[in-house]
Amino acid sequence: MKKSPSKLIPYALLSLPLLFLFFFYFYPLAEILRASLTWEGGLQLSALLARLAGPPTLKVIGFTFWQALLSTILTLVIGLPGAYIFAHYDFPGKSIFNALTTVPFVLPTVVVATAFTILLGPKSPLNEALISWFGFSHPPLDLRYTFGAILLAHVFYNYTLVLRMVGGFWANLDPHLEQAARTLGASPWQAFRQVTLPLLMPSLGAASLLVFIFCFTSFGVVLILGGPHFVTLEVEVYRQTVNFTNLPVAAGLSLVQILITLLLTLTYSRLQSGLARPLDLRPYWSTQRRPQTGGEVALVMGNTLVTLLLLTAPLLTLTIRSFGSGIRYYSALFENPRSSIFYVPPFEAVRNSTRFALITMLLSLVLGILISLGFLQADKKSVDNEQSQKTWLLDALFMLPLGTSAVTLGLGYLLAMGRPPLNLRGTPLLIICGHTLVALPFVMRSLLPALKAVQPSLREAATTLGASPARVFWEIDLPIIWRALAVGAVFAFTVSMGEFGATSMIARPELPTIPIAIYRFLSQPGALNYGQALAMSTILMTVCVTGFIAIEFLRPPGVQSF
Amino acid sequence: MKRWLLTLTIVIILVTGGCTAAPTEEPGTTGPRTLRIMTYDSFSVSEEVIRQFEEINNVTVQFLQAGDAGTMLNQAILSRDNPQADVLYGIDNTFLSRALEADIFEPYQAKALNNIPEALRLDAQYRVVPTDYGDVCLNYDIQALTEAKLPVPQSLQDLTQPEYKGLLVVENPASSSPGLAFLMATIGVFGEDGDYTYLDFWQALRDNDVLVVDGWDSAYYSEFSGGAYSEGTRPLVVSYATSPAAEVYFSEEPLEVPPTGAVTAPQTCFRQIEFAGILKNGQNRDLAEAFIEYLLSTDFQEDIPLQMWVYPSNPEAKLPQVFTDFALEAEDPVTVLAEAIEQKREAWIEAWTETVLK
Repeated sequence: MKKSPSKLIPYALLSLPLLFLFFFYFYPLAEILRASLTWEGGLQLSALLARLAGPPTLKVIGFTFWQALLSTILTLVIGLPGAYIFAHYDFPGKSIFNALTTVPFVLPTVVVATAFTILLGPKSPLNEALISWFGFSHPPLDLRYTFGAILLAHVFYNYTLVLRMVGGFWANLDPHLEQAARTLGASPWQAFRQVTLPLLMPSLGAASLLVFIFCFTSFGVVLILGGPHFVTLEVEVYRQTVNFTNLPVAAGLSLVQILITLLLTLTYSRLQSGLARPLDLRPYWSTQRRPQTGGEVALVMGNTLVTLLLLTAPLLTLTIRSFGSGIRYYSALFENPRSSIFYVPPFEAVRNSTRFALITMLLSLVLGILISLGFLQADKKSVDNEQSQKTWLLDALFMLPLGTSAVTLGLGYLLAMGRPPLNLRGTPLLIICGHTLVALPFVMRSLLPALKAVQPSLREAATTLGASPARVFWEIDLPIIWRALAVGAVFAFTVSMGEFGATSMIARPELPTIPIAIYRFLSQPGALNYGQALAMSTILMTVCVTGFIAIEFLRPPGVQSF
Repeated sequence: MKRWLLTLTIVIILVTGGCTAAPTEEPGTTGPRTLRIMTYDSFSVSEEVIRQFEEINNVTVQFLQAGDAGTMLNQAILSRDNPQADVLYGIDNTFLSRALEADIFEPYQAKALNNIPEALRLDAQYRVVPTDYGDVCLNYDIQALTEAKLPVPQSLQDLTQPEYKGLLVVENPASSSPGLAFLMATIGVFGEDGDYTYLDFWQALRDNDVLVVDGWDSAYYSEFSGGAYSEGTRPLVVSYATSPAAEVYFSEEPLEVPPTGAVTAPQTCFRQIEFAGILKNGQNRDLAEAFIEYLLSTDFQEDIPLQMWVYPSNPEAKLPQVFTDFALEAEDPVTVLAEAIEQKREAWIEAWTETVLK
C-alpha cells in the first residue's frame, strides 16, 4: 500500500531520535549482555534462572519495588501542596525558591549523606534540643541507616519533579472550570476530585513514573544512607559485577530491572493514552496571583517554610560548613601544594561541567521535541487504536535508559564504543550522549502532556490561514509548551551536572567536572580535603541555581509569556 | 528582548569553545607517541614526575581513571582484546588473583625488581610488579579514648571487650576495599576452622554493637569522631596506618601531633600491596616497559607517599618528613594468600553478611 507523504511525517521526525536510541542504548546494551551471558565458557541458563528466581533475588526485587512505591507516594503527598501553591500564587522570591528545590537533584549522595548525618544523627540540633529540654541520657532520634532515611532522601531528591512537572502543568489549567463546578454547588474537595484531578492526571502520571523509576534504580541513597542492611537491584548488579565479576548474574539482574521498567512504563502509557486531552490552556499570568487573604498568605508561607526546612536545611548545612574556616577551603581550591597531575582548577571544573550540561541540554531538547512531535503526528494520523499502540511502545523504549543499571550500560559503552562503527571511547561526545540518554525521558515526560493539551483547532486554524508546519509549531505550539520545555531543560541540565548514570564510568580525567573534583577530595583524610569537598559542593549548588534561573528567564523572540 | 540574544551568545561561545578546546584524540604520526595508563579514581602523581618521563622518552602520558579498583579491573578484563590503555596501575593483593586468572597482563621481568623486597613480589611469573603498600589498621580518637580512660586496643580480640561496646565503625567488605582488607585480617587471625573462627569474632563484634557503613568516606567522615573534621561519634574506625600523618599534613592549623592514632600491634593490620602491569594487546610495548621501570625508580617512588598516603615498594626511596614523624607501619601484618582470597571472597563476604547484617 502506498503511503501519502503526510503519513511519513512521524517517521521522519522520529528517525533521528530512534537512531540515537539504537546506537547509544540498544547497541551497547546488547554488547554487554552478549559478553556477560557468554562469560567464561558460556551460560548455564537453568542455573541462572534458578538464581534469579531464588528467594534472595526475589527478596531484593520485592524490596526495590516496595521502597520505590512508598517513596513515590510520599513524594506525591509532600509535593502536591507545593505544586498547588506553585500553580496558583505568585510571591516574592518564587523563582529562587523553585531553583533551590531543584538543587538536591545534582548533589552527589556522599555529600548529601554528610548533611543528613549532621541533621539526623546523634549530634543533630534536634537531638541536642531534646536532650537539653527533657534530659535524655542518649540522643532519642537517630534516623541514620534506617528505612526512613531512604524514604526521606528520596523525597529530598525528587520533590522538585512533582513541583515542577505537576505545578507547571497546573498553572496552565483554566481556573474557571473549577470555579464553575463550585458555582454549581460542588464542595472544594468535590471540585478538585472531579474536575481538576482528572485534568492533572497526565502530568501527575508523568511525574510519578519518573519518581518511581528514579527510586527503583536507587544506588547511592540506599548504599550510603540506608546502610548495608538494604539492597536494591541496582546495588546488587554493582556488587555482582565489581566485587565478584559474576557477569552472567549481573546481566540477568540487569535484565530483570529493565523488564520491570518496561512493564511499568507500558502500563503507564496504556493508562495515560485515554487521559490526555486537548485543553483550553491559560497563560500563567491569568492563573496566578499574589496571596491576598490572611489564610492564603499563611498557606503560602507555611508551605514555603516546610519545604525550606525539608529541602534546604541540608543544603544550608553544607554551605555553612564550607565556610567553617572563613574562606580557607575556597582559597585552598586554587592551590596545588603537592603539584598533583590530577589537580582540578575550580574554574576549569565549573567550565567543563557547564559545557557538558549546556550541550546535553540542547541535544536532549532537540531530540525531545522531535520525539514529542513525532508521537503527536502519529497519534493524530491513527484512525484506529493500532497505530497509537505503536507510539506507546516507542514511548516506553525511550524511558528505558533511566531504568537501566549504570554499571551495565557503562560497561556496554566500554565494549561497544571501542571499535568501529562507533569508535568514541575516550571522547567527550560519548559523555554528552550518555547524559542525553538519561536526560531525554525528563524532557519527553515534561513536553508530551503539554503538547497533547494544545487544542488541535488552533493548529488547524493557523494551517488554514496558510502557515507552514514549522511556522505553526513556532507560533502556536512553542509559546504554549514553552514552560514545559523550560522544565525539561532544567532537568536535562541537572542530569548532566550531577553526572548521572553510566557516564561516571567513562569520565575523562583531562576534562574534570565538579562532581569528579568532589569525589577526589573525599577520598583522602584530613580537614582540608573534607573542607574543599564542601566548598566544591557549594560551588556546584551555586552554578546550578544560576543555571536554573537563567533557563527560566530565557525566551526566544516572538514567543510570548504563557 | 536583548536578554535572549546575550544568553544565546554566551551559550554559543561556551558550546563552541568546548568543542575547540576539547583535546584531539590520536595525535598524528609526527608528534610524540601516547602511552596510556589505566588506574583507579583516587590515584595521584606529581606533574613533574610525569613530565620528566615524557621528556626522557619523547612520549605523552595519558591517564585514564576508571572508577574504583574493582570497577577498573572489570573494565580491563572486559576489554582485554581491545584494551583502553598500555599499563594498568593499582591492582591490590585482594584482586591480584582475579587479574592473573583473567590473563590480562604481559610478563615483563623488570630490571628494577631486584631492589624490591621479596615479601612484596607475589607473582613469580613477572606479570605484575609491586609499586607500593599500605596497612589497613584500626585508627582511634586520642582525645576520646583518653577522656573515657580507655586503653588503646592492642589486639583484634580486645574489640569484643565490653568497654569498647558501641565504639567501632567498620566498612562493608562487599562495597569497600579497606572493609575487605579488615575482613581478611580477621580471617588471617582467627581462621575458618576451630573453636573460635572469624565468624565467632564477628558475632562478638556484632554483640558489641559494631557499626557497618558502605565505604571509607562514610566511616571516616560521618561516623568516626577522631579526624579534625569528622562529624561522627565513634572513636574507633578501620582506616590506614598513615591516616594520622595525613591528618597532620591536611590540617588547617599546623599541628604538633595528630588528633588520631593508628593501632599497628602485631596481627591487627592487613597489608594491601598494589601492583602495576603491562596490558596484553597494547601497542606500545617498549614504552610500557620503560614506564614499569620508571614506576620502580626512586624518582617515582619518592613521589608516592604524599600523593597516595602509602609506602613506596622500593626501600631506597626517601620518605617525606611527615611520614618519618607521624606515619607508622604495621609490625606484623596479617597475610592471606592471594589465591585463597580469589577463591573464597564471595563465600567469605556472604558468610560475613549472614553473621553481621542479617
